[in-house]
Amino acid sequence: MDRTIPTYNKVEPPDGYTAPGIFATSFDKVVGIARSNSIWPLPFATSCCGIEFMATMGAHYDLGRFGAERLSFSPRQADLLMVMGTIAKKMAPVIQQVYIQMAEPRWVLAVGACASSGGIFDTYSVLQGIDRVVPVDVYVPGCPPRPEQIINGFMKIQDLVVNESLRRRYSPEYRELLASYGIM
Amino acid sequence: MTDILEDKQYTTLNLGPTHPATHGIFQNVLTLDGEQIIDAEQTIGYIHRAFEKIAERRPYYQITPLTDRLNYCSSPINNIGWHLTVEKLLGIKTTKRIDYMRIILMELARITDHLVCNSVIGVDSGALTGFIYVFQEREKVYEIYEEVSGARLTTNMGRIGGFERDFTPKAVQKIRAFIDHLPKVLVEFEKLLLRNRIFMDRTIGVGPISGERALNYGFTGPNLRAAGVDYDVRVMTPYSSYDDFEFVIPVGTQGDTYDRFCVRQQELWESVKLVRNALENLPEGNFHVDAPQFYLPPKEAVYSKMESLIWHFKIVMGEIDVPVGEVFHSVEGGNGELGFYLVSDGGRTPFRLHFRRPGFIYYQAYPEMIKGGVLSDAILTMSSMNVIAGELDA
Amino acid sequence: MENTYITDLLHKHFSHDILEKETGGDILTVIVTSPVIHDVIRFLKETENMNFNFLTDLCGIHYPDRGLPLGVVYHLHNLSENKRIRVKTFVTVSNPTIPTVTDLFSTANWMERETYDFYGILFEGHPNLKRILNVEYMDFFPMRKEYPLEDPTREDKDDRYFGR
Repeated sequence: MDRTIPTYNKVEPPDGYTAPGIFATSFDKVVGIARSNSIWPLPFATSCCGIEFMATMGAHYDLGRFGAERLSFSPRQADLLMVMGTIAKKMAPVIQQVYIQMAEPRWVLAVGACASSGGIFDTYSVLQGIDRVVPVDVYVPGCPPRPEQIINGFMKIQDLVVNESLRRRYSPEYRELLASYGIM
Repeated sequence: MTDILEDKQYTTLNLGPTHPATHGIFQNVLTLDGEQIIDAEQTIGYIHRAFEKIAERRPYYQITPLTDRLNYCSSPINNIGWHLTVEKLLGIKTTKRIDYMRIILMELARITDHLVCNSVIGVDSGALTGFIYVFQEREKVYEIYEEVSGARLTTNMGRIGGFERDFTPKAVQKIRAFIDHLPKVLVEFEKLLLRNRIFMDRTIGVGPISGERALNYGFTGPNLRAAGVDYDVRVMTPYSSYDDFEFVIPVGTQGDTYDRFCVRQQELWESVKLVRNALENLPEGNFHVDAPQFYLPPKEAVYSKMESLIWHFKIVMGEIDVPVGEVFHSVEGGNGELGFYLVSDGGRTPFRLHFRRPGFIYYQAYPEMIKGGVLSDAILTMSSMNVIAGELDA
Repeated sequence: MENTYITDLLHKHFSHDILEKETGGDILTVIVTSPVIHDVIRFLKETENMNFNFLTDLCGIHYPDRGLPLGVVYHLHNLSENKRIRVKTFVTVSNPTIPTVTDLFSTANWMERETYDFYGILFEGHPNLKRILNVEYMDFFPMRKEYPLEDPTREDKDDRYFGR
């Protein structure tokens, strides 16, 4: 019986020093790998893009392959805020509140043209991009984006997560960024 | 005893606007006595996008993408409904081939809409399996859309006066494969839920509404038919040659969640029949009418012929003469009577365009339907009403 | 049911209040004065031979150049005979008040709130007349023709590049 572990099912180890019985690497890298492969997304699905997200979660595209099987509808346990759909001005305080409730470290993925920039809805009632109320890490264009695009955006988030320094969230630059959105 | 009653306190529960069980963003402030719902207050408008204001600033041609985003679970119905409205204003008569192609696409859209709604009822009652089964089928409809229009969800399908291109042989083959395979999945899906004791106990008698109240609340579509009123726009005022086909309007009796589920399930079978009939009897002919002042010329001609380029420019910029007048046209959307009230003053844009959105109109009956029930039933009632956020808030 | 039958009957009961009738369009259209709108709708709904028992649609409209600029359009449907009728009424901007029809049709509740939200038309006797789609602190009625569509906070859209 073949006992080799298939390569597609395992994560490559980070750079480090190996010796018999030990493996030494930096803590950042290990934590980054662990985090990036078990991101719990909070789907903030409001409209059309939310339907494409349902397709992404379905059997055909299966976002679960990337360690995001478990949707966290509670912001307290979520790592990634996925905003899918138009955010009206009435909704803007809600989305900021959800972001504030999330624990650090937290990432934001803006899916679709509406969440990124207001899209075709340059109107009196629509927020012109969620980056006016919360900081965004990755934007996914499209109206709505195909599930492949959503997955690609998710993988970009994974890249950010795996390379993030553990100190970033304590840095003055990051504090300044949050303060510019009125989030302390 | 009376003292205790006077001191009785109710719990206020804020359901939404980001609650996972509310499919989008509806807010309901519930007053609860234990688990029983005493009162509910709704707030909507969380994705109000000002469709009607935008429509007053866009040429007729550019309003089709807006209609996509109303009921995004069945966007071809919205697109074609809008085209039918404009054709009614302009007095364009379409050929049978166009009508039949439209019927095929509209019924496919109805299938996706009902599949999503019914499988989500399953999810909300704790049966995730059915959802995963039928979403696989929905992907196949999206592949058909891609073949016909190039897009998956917001299809922007067809044009005023027909389609931008004919069905390709591959599209016909895909439609045929889909309607041959779907019945097997439907049987499987029905085996999982239809006579499932847990599902029946969860849904029978939940969120009922009488036929009379439903009419008073302006219910249309499957929700009205589940309450026992056989009103269907396709039969009452046939459009797009629906009168050429025979199909059954399923009608419920109780108007509860189970009846709504069953009516939709039966409509799926009728839609499959309609698609098959329309495809088999698809007449030969042109896929668009001969109306050069409204129908965009083919792209190759635009790049090579002066005349076509001029028409293309005029249509895209809205520099064409539109008759003055007002029309109301309605189609049977995925969840009810989708109406378009169009007022034209002869300008490049509509003077006023109002969408009769079925979801917006019947969702206001929700507090009445859930009062007296328990909290978990309220969730099921909402998913069985098939309220689509984009359509609700316009 | 013939159009003339309906208009004759309406004339008999509301002779002075029927301002205009139009039979040429897709649906029979009747324009009535605003104070009697509730009575007309009730007459159409409850008279035995009329029986327009389904309110399909209710929406506002704004004609800035007219003497009575703000209007409300009702679409009623007789489901048993499949007959539709459109009833319109117009009011001034300074006093945009008309009676509500929520006592006749429960469905008119949100439709009237939406019309109030968009056009500022006040429905007398409405149980809960407040904004429905827009934020509550909004201080204008956006669907009136004089208000712009675009979001005022956009800085990247320079009017010079868009010919505005």
